[in-house]
Amino acid sequence: MSLRVTQPGILSLLQDGGRYGRHRIGLTNGGPLDAEAFYYCNRLLGNPPGSTVIEISFGGTRLEAQVDSYICLTGADMPLHINGREAPGWQVVPVRAGDEIAVEFARHGCRAYLGVADGFDIAPSFGSSATVMREHIGGLRGDKLHTGDTLPCRAVGDRRCLSLPPRWRPRYQEHVTLRVIPGYQQSRFSRLQQRRFFSHGYTVTDRCDRMGYRLEGPAISCEIDGILSEGICAGAIQIPPDGQPIVLLNDRQTIGGYPKIGSALSLDTAHLAQLTPGGTVHFAPITPHAAHNALHLAHSFRQRAPLQEQQP
Amino acid sequence: MELHSVGENAMMLYLGEQTSPEVSARVQAAAAAVESALGNDLVDLVPSYASLLIVYDALATDHLSVAHRVHNSIRNLGEMSNREGRTVVLPVYYDPEAGADLEAVAERAGLDTDEVIALHTGVEYRVYAIGFAPGFAYLGEVDERIATPRLATPRQRVPRGAVAIADRQTAVYPATSPGGWNLIGRCPVRMFDPDADPSMPVSVGDRVRFEQVSRNRFFELGGELE
Repeated sequence: MSLRVTQPGILSLLQDGGRYGRHRIGLTNGGPLDAEAFYYCNRLLGNPPGSTVIEISFGGTRLEAQVDSYICLTGADMPLHINGREAPGWQVVPVRAGDEIAVEFARHGCRAYLGVADGFDIAPSFGSSATVMREHIGGLRGDKLHTGDTLPCRAVGDRRCLSLPPRWRPRYQEHVTLRVIPGYQQSRFSRLQQRRFFSHGYTVTDRCDRMGYRLEGPAISCEIDGILSEGICAGAIQIPPDGQPIVLLNDRQTIGGYPKIGSALSLDTAHLAQLTPGGTVHFAPITPHAAHNALHLAHSFRQRAPLQEQQP
Repeated sequence: MELHSVGENAMMLYLGEQTSPEVSARVQAAAAAVESALGNDLVDLVPSYASLLIVYDALATDHLSVAHRVHNSIRNLGEMSNREGRTVVLPVYYDPEAGADLEAVAERAGLDTDEVIALHTGVEYRVYAIGFAPGFAYLGEVDERIATPRLATPRQRVPRGAVAIADRQTAVYPATSPGGWNLIGRCPVRMFDPDADPSMPVSVGDRVRFEQVSRNRFFELGGELE
């Protein structure tokens, strides 16, 4: 019992909550770029948090159901069709064996999460099914989905068709403000450079992927070119010698030697990852206290979001 | 010693400013101390040359509690830093057919290739950091006479097992990948095998010695040249 890939789309990857505790052997985190949309996908389906779903970048993905079950699509606005008929996103939808599930190209945002009741049953690698193509680890064969892949899942007959009311859904804009905890080599950037960084807009370049988003705007200079290689946390903002910031995301290298001015909040990098080239970014400094509060607020907001039952 | 918040769920502990075996030993000792102090609140650790990145569960604890526990746990680091890692011996087939830059490294150093090999095998290295790619261990320090800067143009493809030098660092490529280090030989031991347990023959803090083997022995040990 499975969903069979009939058209993989541009980039479709199996992802669970990510791979943790393995940095010491050089393995990065992987996991969903938009953790918020990923969370809702599993919550709507009644799955344990962190169940394996498909992260669809840009769209163009088609699957054939080989089982009776339920699916749910969250995240970027990609039209969902079942046997050619439009079906709602942010809502659990029943599928029957033989149905064709089509996720069209994104009208807005660029990462969507397609989950199935009880999650896809993928053998974990280093404790996680998260696919990291650069490392050839996770998912199926450590690779993105290809035509003909079968994604094992169970027959499920008793899920409620819950939806997340529109006003609770994230809104993906063309402009994202990244809250940044100054840190790392922050003191090696002069006050003038820090002001420049926090007061100007930056544009997403075409060099944006699961490793990191390279931005373009006023160049930021650092007193030092490089540092002794050190650990890089998620969201760290690296400033290479050309002064153009790179926001490092889930598939980043675990260590590196470029100076970093701080780290962006995960709540905001989820929205950054929905931007395509040309999208714009601002940075706003926050304290570790404020970041801590923001994380807890967002966490409880998500857990309290009311789900509504719809007629299937 | 300095401890800073660097992200919403990460703190960085700096234990020195230079690469040295003493600083590396302190990083190792701190990693062990922090691991036991934070218990389940710890998500990940990245030990490197002179620093330790500490990633914690931000919904279970906060930076103040982590800072407090880290400070307490490393108070007696001086006494703990004598711990020695294991010594791992890695066989290497040194030859221009196995290491495309062996002759260039020798020429640059004004030595013959046997002297380069003697210098490379004559040092016990320390694993300072693991990163860049799964299983990529940064080993130091290479004898100054054969320290060679990275290639001006990185290769598109460096084979798995390539033994290479960049400045005073040396490494064995765990997988075929692009790379800009100078290739001097080939090691038949897999530095990263996702199906093996442990998946790496070394960890940070271990010592590594290279041992020259013949072409035949290299193949016997499972080495491949393509």
